[in-house]
Amino acid sequence: MSNFNNLWQSYKAIICFAIMGLVLLFVGLNQSWALVLGIVNLSLISAIMALGVNIQWGYAGLMNVGIMGFAALGGVSVVLIAQQPVTEAIDVGGLKMLFALALGAITIVTGVVLNKKGFNKWLIASIVVIGYLFTRHYFSEAADVIEKVDPAITGYLGGFGLPVAFSWVVGGLAAAGAAWWIGKITLGLRTDYLAIATLGISEIILYVFKNEDWLVRGLKNVYGLPRPVPYEVDMQKSEWLQNLVAWIHKSELQLLTQSEQIVKLGDYVREAAVVFVKLCYSGLFIAILVAFIILSNLALNSPWGRKVRAIRDNEVAASAMGKNITRQHLQIFVIGSAIVGVAGALLVTYDGIFIPTAYQPLRFTFLIWVMVILGGSGNNMGSVLGAFIIWFIWIQSGPMGLWVVEMLGNSMQEGSAPLEFIEDRVHYLRLVFMGTILLLIMRFSPGGILPEKNKEL
Amino acid sequence: MSDSIDIINAFALLTNFVILPALSYGSQLALGALAVTLVYSILRFSNFAQGDSMAFGTMLVILISGYMISRGWTITGVPTALLAIPMALIGMSIYLLTMDRLVYRHYRRIKVKQNIVGITASIGIMFVTGGIVRFVLGASAQRFEDGERFIFSVREFKAFTGLEQGIAFKTSQFLTITLAMLLVAFLFYFLQKTKTGKAMRAYSDNKELALLSGIDPDRVVKITWLLVALFTTIAGTLYGLDKGFAPQQYHLLLLPIFASVIVGGIGSPIGAIAGAFLVAFSEILLTYAYKKFLIYLLPLSMHPNSLVQLIGTEYKYAISFVILVTVLLIRPTGLFKGKVI
Repeated sequence: MSNFNNLWQSYKAIICFAIMGLVLLFVGLNQSWALVLGIVNLSLISAIMALGVNIQWGYAGLMNVGIMGFAALGGVSVVLIAQQPVTEAIDVGGLKMLFALALGAITIVTGVVLNKKGFNKWLIASIVVIGYLFTRHYFSEAADVIEKVDPAITGYLGGFGLPVAFSWVVGGLAAAGAAWWIGKITLGLRTDYLAIATLGISEIILYVFKNEDWLVRGLKNVYGLPRPVPYEVDMQKSEWLQNLVAWIHKSELQLLTQSEQIVKLGDYVREAAVVFVKLCYSGLFIAILVAFIILSNLALNSPWGRKVRAIRDNEVAASAMGKNITRQHLQIFVIGSAIVGVAGALLVTYDGIFIPTAYQPLRFTFLIWVMVILGGSGNNMGSVLGAFIIWFIWIQSGPMGLWVVEMLGNSMQEGSAPLEFIEDRVHYLRLVFMGTILLLIMRFSPGGILPEKNKEL
Repeated sequence: MSDSIDIINAFALLTNFVILPALSYGSQLALGALAVTLVYSILRFSNFAQGDSMAFGTMLVILISGYMISRGWTITGVPTALLAIPMALIGMSIYLLTMDRLVYRHYRRIKVKQNIVGITASIGIMFVTGGIVRFVLGASAQRFEDGERFIFSVREFKAFTGLEQGIAFKTSQFLTITLAMLLVAFLFYFLQKTKTGKAMRAYSDNKELALLSGIDPDRVVKITWLLVALFTTIAGTLYGLDKGFAPQQYHLLLLPIFASVIVGGIGSPIGAIAGAFLVAFSEILLTYAYKKFLIYLLPLSMHPNSLVQLIGTEYKYAISFVILVTVLLIRPTGLFKGKVI
């Protein structure tokens, strides 16, 4: 028995990943490969996000309750970098908007500089207020003009039309910038201020994206973002894919007549094209995830990583050793948020569409938290495992909930009021379910599935 | 509209659209902020579940008052929701005490950083509670007020005073302000004068010392949750009577509530109330369109063309955030230097 236990302990990670792989394989064989790859790709993106949060929470104990906002910043940068510019809108309102934004920036900079020089507070306040009023005036004028340019299709400035890969870097930088600002204000104060401030900033970031139509079309969403991989339609026409599919299904196709063969082959090629595109994405995401894991493992085993863990485990002792805790926390908070931003950009790239209302705290903040804590906070592989498990449960719990309702429904009459009521709202129970999972792990297995290994400092 | 300067009408306008709404919104925030302060002082963590707990309390009120209306147990002129509050309070107390028994109690018994674990656990509870509320009542907005809508309406006020601008005093506003004053008075009396209240303050000041002098910690925690249930349910119900019930709206109340608590000084009840009114007044003063107000005050030649609105209504939550950030930058201890209860 103890032998088994030892074996379990030392191969726990491998066994867990193997089980997860088998479950996905099972779904693939029973349902469809496109579905499985969809789950895998979103798990991979979630894993990157969870990795960023793990760096903040697992390695430094910093609570980021605004993951949603940082992911949205990453997402927006895909629109602003990769989308083609809307020349007409830029012609009418580009300069005006630039002027308004510059005016705003000048106001802020003047305020900050005068404040540093110790001028009268009332003077500074009145300068800032007047500057704000002017900025607002020019800003709303510029926004109005831009939003009037063909509002059904564009009505915004568009992006820079650069390759989409740039936007991942920019997304990371944007999230890092926001994190730096928030961290600068709240770190070094009480621990819960960071949590509250991140909660606030993430809601505000989304309010901006929902309301500023000139920037990202607001509630009208941005469609058709450029992709880093080929399109399904083009893939269906490619010779080698057709030949490959024909070769795989050779024995089956031989039994059919000529015309049936063509129809059947067409079906297979369509499916194969979808799978191929998703596989391309998987490869991309895996490469990025692996790179991040390697980098963060290297960093955490370096003297820098030892310092980070020392601060987390005993702040007082670490500060007595002359470590600057606030600066260290700021660094970690910025790095973690940058990774979340990259993941957010990858997600929008994958979806090919930017929908501000899709950013829900449950999906983007809470789910990632559960992933990190379930997997084992402080352990990178744990976060990856947690991401796969939770995303799988999340995706499957919808159909499963409906299935349970239908089983119950067999005893009730078809179309009866209570049944419709439950079918309508069963998806809200996912909130309850995920909350319960979090509370149960925290209570009974605070280390998660793959707890952090205690390394000698 | 006359072209002369008309201070009385301008003031009536401001009272109707700014002062009364801000007073009642501030009272609702104050009650929520006091609940957060109580949890913080005794249990030592920031309760992220506050907004959704308020939604839960309101849900109970809506369900019970719905039943009462269907049975005809109503009093003419009085919102049935008000009559449902005592029953809802019992349900809310049971819910909070159960959550404490199942979740928080464990962490008090082991040695962990109360604050961080408390926040994480309360986020878990926030989602559980929010999920239950949305499952039972759905996510869409609804109104549940009945009875007399106004103490006096615009028309009555105009007829009485002969002014051009009327002031309406809604029942929900009247109830909010009265109930909030009563509750706050009760809380301060309770904390200052009763033995249990003094025990709570002692516990909050210095836990070890309080335990040594024989104060029962479980009892203190229990009383705290009962008080939180009282404040949360009433705050939620009043907010719902005033602005309608929508789970997402309640969830977002978390931000202004936290801003109130931090502005006032975390852990200080007076600070929480002051902070709540500061946040409420800033929110409404900054998002109000002053066009009509200025038309009353300025001569014809200076009448404004635009709405004269400082910040769009869609960014009202950003105001609490900016206040929060400003306080953190200038005076992190808050206006009332974070005294503990």
